[in-house]
Amino acid sequence: MAKKKSTFINMMLSLLTITLVAGFALGFVNDLTIGPIAKAKLERKINALKLVLPKFDNNPVEELKLVRSEQAKDSIEIYPAFLNSEFVGVAIVGSSEKGFSGLIKIMVGFEPNGEIKNIVVLDQKETPGLGTKIKDIKFIQQYKNKTPTSFNLKVVKDGGEVDALTGATISSRAFSEAVQMAYDVFVENMDLIKDSEK
Amino acid sequence: MTDTINQKENFIKGIVKENPVFVMLLGMCPTLGVTSSAFNGLGMGIATLFVLLMSNIVVSLVKSQIPSKVRIPAFIIIIASFVTVVEMMLEAFIPFLYEQLGIFIPLIVVNCLILGRAEAFASKSNLISSIIDALGMGIGFVLALTVLGAVREMLGSGSIFEMKFVSEDANTFILFILPPGAFIALAYITVAFNKISIKT
Repeated sequence: MAKKKSTFINMMLSLLTITLVAGFALGFVNDLTIGPIAKAKLERKINALKLVLPKFDNNPVEELKLVRSEQAKDSIEIYPAFLNSEFVGVAIVGSSEKGFSGLIKIMVGFEPNGEIKNIVVLDQKETPGLGTKIKDIKFIQQYKNKTPTSFNLKVVKDGGEVDALTGATISSRAFSEAVQMAYDVFVENMDLIKDSEK
Repeated sequence: MTDTINQKENFIKGIVKENPVFVMLLGMCPTLGVTSSAFNGLGMGIATLFVLLMSNIVVSLVKSQIPSKVRIPAFIIIIASFVTVVEMMLEAFIPFLYEQLGIFIPLIVVNCLILGRAEAFASKSNLISSIIDALGMGIGFVLALTVLGAVREMLGSGSIFEMKFVSEDANTFILFILPPGAFIALAYITVAFNKISIKT
């Protein structure tokens, strides 16, 4: 087959056809994947919630509350958890922009009395092998079952009680700051969280 | 290209003689960017292989319908469409890998390996040759990225495909997971690869 000549009409028609076909194909694939993508995102959130919260039987994602805080630019997500309509805990998404490579986002689970149940890192861009150790159980263990009123959340260097990671003081500091922010939000919004009790 | 082209040679050349990474040094951005572990390298390689195969097939099929003056924009639209398909599919069905590869998936569009094969091979060859070429080049790319990822992971994290072979507290060469380590590892592997492949 001979190549089509590069006339104006030929060029226009061939590009038009290609973009049209590509557009329709992409629209079709988008329709196909839009459901699974939303499901995958939700699943990830629910998995994180299951890790940081005590046993619950409601759907915390549906009861999501958004509050404003001076410490963060975006509104902060609060997920209350209930078991047999009784308030058993709450997960709060805390963040800090003081990480070694910017934003660190974590989800902190609190017992009703303010004790930290568990923490999951949602988003971070720290240095692999150094700062990424904030995800390790060994580091997070320090925060578990501690109540920030009696446990100073700052790292040892700043006069607190958290042992910073070797070679990653900045990441540890930012992590602690994010936990502190989540706790502050927890205290400030205690009424709002418990009010959702049914 | 004549039909008498030796398809076996056509396939092998992508893996050894014209290996896209170690010989032609194409597609360096994802090669250096995502190979911090063997698994990431493998995932990126397979995503690229898929796009390369699909774009070679389509380009080879429509080559006679595309006026030569607009062939580059036409190829890029075809490639970009397949990349977007891969991106949506990964996000929907392998979200873990999607998060790991991040920005490097959309960047497959500008991987010169793919446009290079479309322009230099598929737009001049028949369908079968183009498929074989894409498979050879794609597999060469997958192998290169996996090897580079494995070397960096072994030195940098003391593990292979996430399986640790040193103790949790062992000091590893963290440098190798960081960007400079990518350059160093790539350079040494390239030397070794060429030393061996030239001899044979």
